[in-house]
Amino acid sequence: MDTHEALYQQGVARMEQLRQLQPRHSESLKDKMLQNGISRRDFMKWSASVTAMLALPLPFSTLVAEAAELANRVPLIWLHMAECTGCSESLIRTDTPNLDSLIFDHVSLEYHETLMAAAGWQAEENLEHALEAYKGNYLLAVEGAVPTANNGAYLTVGCKGHTGLHIVKEAAEGAAAIISVGTCAAFGGVQAAAPNPTGAKGVYEVVNKPVINLGGCPPSEKNIVGTLMYFIMFGKLPALDMFNRPKWAYGARVHDNCERRGRFDAGEFVEEFGDQGAKDGYCLYKVGCKGPYTYNNCPTERFNHHTSWPVLAGHGCMGCSEPNFWDDMADFEKPLGRQLLHGLDATTDTIGAVILGATAVGIGAHAVASVFAKSEEE
Amino acid sequence: MSKRVVIDPITRIEGHLRVEVEVDENNVIQKAWSSSTLWRGIEVILKGRTPMDVGLIVQRICGVCTYSHYRCGTEAVENALGVKIPLNAKYLRSLMQTSLNMHDHIVHFYHLHGLDWVDVVSALSADPALAAQVALKYTDNPISAGEGDLRAVQERVKGLVETGKLGPFANAYWGNSTYRFTPEQNLIALSHYLKALEVQRIAAEMLAIFGGKSPHPQSIVVGGVTSVRDMLSPARLQEWKQKHAIVNDFIIRAYKADVVMAAEAFGSEPSVLGGVNVKNFLATDDFILGDGQFMFNQGVIMNGDLAGVSDLNPELIKEDVTHAWYKADGAQHPYDGTTVPDYTGFVERDTVYGKLPTVDGDGKYSWVKSPRYQGEPVEVGPLACLLVSYARGNQVVVDAVNGLLAATGLPIEALFTTLGRTAARMLQTVIVAEEGLKTFDALLTNLQSDESTYTKPEIDSNKEYVGHAMIEAPRGMLSHWIRIKGGKVENYQAVVPTTWNAGPVDGQGNMGPYEASLIGLKLEDPTKPLEVIRIIHSFDPCMACAVHVMDYKGTNLGEFKIDPNGF
Repeated sequence: MDTHEALYQQGVARMEQLRQLQPRHSESLKDKMLQNGISRRDFMKWSASVTAMLALPLPFSTLVAEAAELANRVPLIWLHMAECTGCSESLIRTDTPNLDSLIFDHVSLEYHETLMAAAGWQAEENLEHALEAYKGNYLLAVEGAVPTANNGAYLTVGCKGHTGLHIVKEAAEGAAAIISVGTCAAFGGVQAAAPNPTGAKGVYEVVNKPVINLGGCPPSEKNIVGTLMYFIMFGKLPALDMFNRPKWAYGARVHDNCERRGRFDAGEFVEEFGDQGAKDGYCLYKVGCKGPYTYNNCPTERFNHHTSWPVLAGHGCMGCSEPNFWDDMADFEKPLGRQLLHGLDATTDTIGAVILGATAVGIGAHAVASVFAKSEEE
Repeated sequence: MSKRVVIDPITRIEGHLRVEVEVDENNVIQKAWSSSTLWRGIEVILKGRTPMDVGLIVQRICGVCTYSHYRCGTEAVENALGVKIPLNAKYLRSLMQTSLNMHDHIVHFYHLHGLDWVDVVSALSADPALAAQVALKYTDNPISAGEGDLRAVQERVKGLVETGKLGPFANAYWGNSTYRFTPEQNLIALSHYLKALEVQRIAAEMLAIFGGKSPHPQSIVVGGVTSVRDMLSPARLQEWKQKHAIVNDFIIRAYKADVVMAAEAFGSEPSVLGGVNVKNFLATDDFILGDGQFMFNQGVIMNGDLAGVSDLNPELIKEDVTHAWYKADGAQHPYDGTTVPDYTGFVERDTVYGKLPTVDGDGKYSWVKSPRYQGEPVEVGPLACLLVSYARGNQVVVDAVNGLLAATGLPIEALFTTLGRTAARMLQTVIVAEEGLKTFDALLTNLQSDESTYTKPEIDSNKEYVGHAMIEAPRGMLSHWIRIKGGKVENYQAVVPTTWNAGPVDGQGNMGPYEASLIGLKLEDPTKPLEVIRIIHSFDPCMACAVHVMDYKGTNLGEFKIDPNGF
């Protein structure tokens, strides 16, 4: 059995498992969608696009569709730690038509401070109830870093004055899976940048369980929803990279799929914001683009219903899905040059060198030729 | 016998906020405390970094008003370095600000504040046919409020309720008698709650057109704007205008109509007729309409005196930390502000929910400082913005305010209420949306002779620079203050709208707007304090914005006295 077949079988088994859980709605998804003006055909199109986004073969789209129909049985608890709420804002911008209503109807959102109607004592009751009633079955999403200095006293939540650290540890105990949404929850984020005054840490550093890290400040709505869908479909974590990010989203460098890559290869660079090169869409490496050091699907998926992404808007990638990027990749408007990051990418080192004119080693022959051709023209 | 009520978390806001009140035997609030329970230290982190990165870092103060700090921080650096940016860059920044304002206020009214006005459970008993008739009372052309739309919404929510598991609607204060909408009005508003989810997404796309993405756009730099290709693309410009039309349509046909409906239904509800007890207001010039022209005007109103508006003087702003978890010798101007944390934790006492850790009102009790103007507490926000422009005789604002008062039959005093604050936010959105097209047209005109978007900043590492910027963020006047030395950030301060509004009592014993707004409010049931939530939400709290910490020396972690879990 090949890998895809094995994965498919696992998906089928998972669907069976989900069907055993108590349904939340008596009404079928089909009726619900019709009420909301979504045809079966639209729904299957949506399933196919999610399938493509997850880098799965098309036959999996029936599984995606089925998973969406069964998703109402998966309780979701979403915690806020030291954060700016940007990841929740990203979530609510989910872009496929009416996808947000699908999510609200079919994931049982048990606790989410930005969206829930209950407040105060009653909100805390909801959390306590969900942790108990769905023990072992709920998905835990965490937004924000966990302050750990002074026993976590920099963040307290709820009438009982528990620290964020206490709450995350407790919620992690009974979670079926834990998703760190955004660079703060994944790696500590901006509050963990030097000198990290609050001892902010990523969730994986304070719990004893595997955690999926969705890097990005914030991650795109597709990376958040796609990851939830993967878990619902297969009941397990997706294939992860060395920083526990899902490979389907973070498997390729921003640089490799960049719409300005041709300009890079041709040696055409923006020298200064607003110059002729900027008007013509030249490569942003020299004004600080960190695309060569950054793993994410921004160039292919973009943000906000495919509207744009920073490189399209003329600003270099700032590397926001990478650990410690606030320290490792600053200054954000200057090229990194010869720095090595995480020992991951020796070629970027030489690429930087080529561009800065030091040496021509390590770049594709055609690119080198273009760079020279360019200088001869000038 | 007084009773203590603890409300934590205040949900449907940005960040972590705790409010405590003390009620007398008639359940009338006698004392109130507003406390932020998270400290992140972003300004500590800014120290020693390049001023060119400031905008990107301070943007992470907030993912809701995601663009405000980005622009304000960048403009503070421009002010310090004396950089004059091209007119096109000013227009593009203003178009992004317009997009943000439209997005932010729609999400606030429907998804954050809305459930304080709308009883979801009551909507289930509405007659959709009657509701469709009711909707016509507030606009000739209602959106998502035809009989079929309303029936579908009702069926959908019914399905949720019948399972007994309400998800995000669970365990709220449904049935409280201070909900005043009829079942039909509740159903109309609930339908708009769902429709607004779709519309806010389009508003976010507007911001992303010139911003690269939303939240956390990435297209402005010290010296200008980077999205020059989008600016020069007729298709892109048209895309913005088209999305603007869709969002504007919703603002007029739903948001405006729903606020008029709320004014009618809640016009006699005691809990919304108070809520403005600090009658000092501050606002700044913002939303560029043309070269040197602004949509809203700067100014200061003291003691509710609309006839006595004066010019805003940045020198008169100081921050007090008597009851905030910091140490300082007296109030400080932001250029010279220090912050040495001095966390003292909670005190255990009896509450309506039993024994709980509570704030120490006599000591320090919040991570938010208390900004003061000339020593006085001040409210900022859409209400302040409109009152100042109204007092200045800004014709667009005067017409909008008088128009609303005429439509609702309310006197001008009604502005100084929770309802007035909510209505002012709606009116500001209407004005920003309609007038924002003038900015768009000014950009098109300027593009005929000028394509520049960037002025290269010069920085001399032997010089010391000081600068600040003030803008009108969705939650009110925002200011950032920077000192640059040796080419690096030497000191940084943000004096934020929610800091003005949510700060604790100052050294003179003066309460800030949040705390003052609650005094005298009667609660139907102190264990279910809906009225408190409604008033606090009318300010649109943003706590991550409000808490800011700057002094590197302040990172001493050895001063903490009480572990909140160590009782």
